[in-house]
Amino acid sequence: MTTVTGPIPYRIPKRRGPVLTFIVQQPLGAIGLVAIVAMVLASVFAEVVAPYDPLEVNYAAILAAPSADYWFGTDAFGRDILSRVIYGARTALAVGVLSSLIGCVLGTLLGTASAYFGSTTDLVIQRFVDIMLAFPIVVLALVVVAALGKNVIGGIDVNLIIAISIPIVPKVARVARSAALSVRQMPYIDAARAAGFSHSRIVMRHMIPNIMAPVLILFTAFIAQAILLEASLSFLGLGVTEPTAAWGLMLSGNSADFYEQAPWVIIFPGLAISFAVFAFNLFGDSLRDWLDPKLKI
Amino acid sequence: MGILHRTGRLAALATTGLATTALTLGLATAAGAAETPRRGGTLTFAVTAEPPNYDCHANTSFAFIHPVAPHYSLLLKFDPANYPKITGDLAESWTVSDDGLTFTFKLHPNVKFHDGSALTARDVKASYERIINPPKGVVSARQATFDAVASVETPDPQTVVFKLKGADASFLANLASPWNCVYSADKLAADPKFPEKNVMGSGPFKFGEHVSGSHWTGQRFDGYFRQGEPYLDGFRAVFMSSSAVTNALQGGQVQAEFRGLAPADRDRVKNGAGDKVQVHEAPWLASLILVFNAKKKPFDDPRVRRALSLAIDRWQASTALAKISILGPVGGILRPGYELAASEAELTKMPGFGKDIKAARDEAMLLLREAGVTGLTVNLTNRNVNMPYTIGGVYVIDQLRQIGVTVKHEQLETKLWQSAMSSGNYDMAIDFTGDFMDDPSLNLTKYLSTEISPVNYSGQADPLLDKLYAQQRGETDKAKRAQLVREFERRAMEQAYVVPILWWNRSVVLSTDVKGWEMTPSHYLNQDLADVWLAK
Repeated sequence: MTTVTGPIPYRIPKRRGPVLTFIVQQPLGAIGLVAIVAMVLASVFAEVVAPYDPLEVNYAAILAAPSADYWFGTDAFGRDILSRVIYGARTALAVGVLSSLIGCVLGTLLGTASAYFGSTTDLVIQRFVDIMLAFPIVVLALVVVAALGKNVIGGIDVNLIIAISIPIVPKVARVARSAALSVRQMPYIDAARAAGFSHSRIVMRHMIPNIMAPVLILFTAFIAQAILLEASLSFLGLGVTEPTAAWGLMLSGNSADFYEQAPWVIIFPGLAISFAVFAFNLFGDSLRDWLDPKLKI
Repeated sequence: MGILHRTGRLAALATTGLATTALTLGLATAAGAAETPRRGGTLTFAVTAEPPNYDCHANTSFAFIHPVAPHYSLLLKFDPANYPKITGDLAESWTVSDDGLTFTFKLHPNVKFHDGSALTARDVKASYERIINPPKGVVSARQATFDAVASVETPDPQTVVFKLKGADASFLANLASPWNCVYSADKLAADPKFPEKNVMGSGPFKFGEHVSGSHWTGQRFDGYFRQGEPYLDGFRAVFMSSSAVTNALQGGQVQAEFRGLAPADRDRVKNGAGDKVQVHEAPWLASLILVFNAKKKPFDDPRVRRALSLAIDRWQASTALAKISILGPVGGILRPGYELAASEAELTKMPGFGKDIKAARDEAMLLLREAGVTGLTVNLTNRNVNMPYTIGGVYVIDQLRQIGVTVKHEQLETKLWQSAMSSGNYDMAIDFTGDFMDDPSLNLTKYLSTEISPVNYSGQADPLLDKLYAQQRGETDKAKRAQLVREFERRAMEQAYVVPILWWNRSVVLSTDVKGWEMTPSHYLNQDLADVWLAK
């Protein structure tokens, strides 16, 4: 009989990294994530990936059908549609991510402040949010972009981003307020107050970090919406202007005249929009499931 | 030998082309002559915009002319079947004095206004005086074109005499302007602004109703002074967006749209409606032009302006863009094909019109270097309308990229675009020309100094161009006038304050039931509908 002395050996299970865990638990979300990463890489390295300059006009190849030279065909100016779709990802992602980011940051601040201060402040902010929510998102963006006009800085129309951000703010504010109301009841918030911390410190350092999960989900979901909205505004002639490569713009103007004769002029930009929106929605949904503790039980 | 051979082939092709055209026209005329106009029916046509008010003298848009022209008579008009021949409308005949300073018109007897009152020389005088010296509060868009008129006299009720201060080669043609509606002198005496809100003329159709945002109607005027005309019982102009026109034509909801369709829309209607529609095509008296802000650096330097014009390959684009847009013919300031326009040989010698684009772009880059301009980035202010503005903009941007110029495209709503140009708040802009007739005095106005021609937005001040313009206007000898116009054109292209991009092509699609309508290069002309009839 052998007596074993000392501590009982215990193998600590290996913990997967969060990315790997996400991939294993949310395979559909992982597909969305891969698609998003592919889009980001394609847009960042567009100069390398795109076979042609997206602005290069080739009058000898007007409305050329998809071929070995032009995989997605060419448009009415003989420009390569594949290259324009790749470069168009830049516009879509830049406007989508920035609009969603601005909308989520402002909405979170507004919603959290509303929940924290309560009383009249909450009442005023929430009625304002109600008014903003009464406008359909496209109509509100249309009004803002028409009123502000264009203000292109570094190739990006800042006013377009603002126009798309504004309708996002009230939606995020409503969710952020709801999450912040429960956080406000927590003893550590009372403790922070008792310790004499400033309002801004309590909101910024103790409340907002604790409501980030739903905001993060909204952020990804609104990127998809913002991409769709940017494409819609460009289609209506209120977004980016020719000859910039942008998916919505590629569906409007001359494409509307030639889609019967050359369907590829609308098929590929249309697919690109659907692909991007699908990828962000897939990722956003999976992220929601992954971060929701109730779904982990 | 090769050149001779090619020239021979070209000549043969040209002869064949001319013969075919003549044959087609002959057949068309013969067919037209063979058909007896049928009375009755209502013509329904589309108009893609709406008139802001009812005053001919103040308006400038086709959206006004198309519904309003059938209600009025003019003193003279262009003969639509033989454009640019001028024929009488109210005038039965006319004479011009030897010195070209006195024009005497005899009016048709028994012309009546729609209210039954008689139209006499007094009404013509009152209408022209309203154009030449508009009373306070009355807008006269064409006042400047009649600044040579010293007096309008009416020696008897059927005679009108215009006396000029100096010779004006365009005077007679200006009297045929579709905008110079003849109003009742009594109505004008009671209220000079009467035509703004009322439609009461002596044209083939009486005013029916105008329902804003919907339609405009007219009914046959039985007291019309031309016996047997009009043939139609009435007309109905339907206001609709340009995108709705193709479907309406294809589905037979409208029988015509007289302004013109883009090639893709024309083809769609043709393919959809088949032999139920007829297509009329002609060079359009309209062009896209590029305006440089000569008051702003670096465009205050003629070398920079000329360099940018040199970079544009107009000949290559002419063929390519004609496939996708209404843009097409290469021309100078005057419409290609017009008797006073520059020939191709003359044109190719002007800066920006040479056929060796590589040499032109090399010269452009040299000029930019000489002017000390490198890495030029400029804004192109454009109208937010696809056909043909966006297309023209994309084309210009691509052409300027070829010499290393980066262009930011700023597309604005029409009002903002207009205001940016008139306030000088732009670098370079895309503008257009569109006139009712080919005539240097009219067509050169966009190229004159801004001070005397506010429609030139470049802010230029070029006394030489202004002097050449005045000289050609007073020159009644056609050959000498052509010489002066050519000199003007050369100077304008060298200085390049404003440069032509491309001219337009006009395609009008009508139902095959519509007869008697003649195509002209201008969408402002031939819209009184007096000769139009419906086959069924």
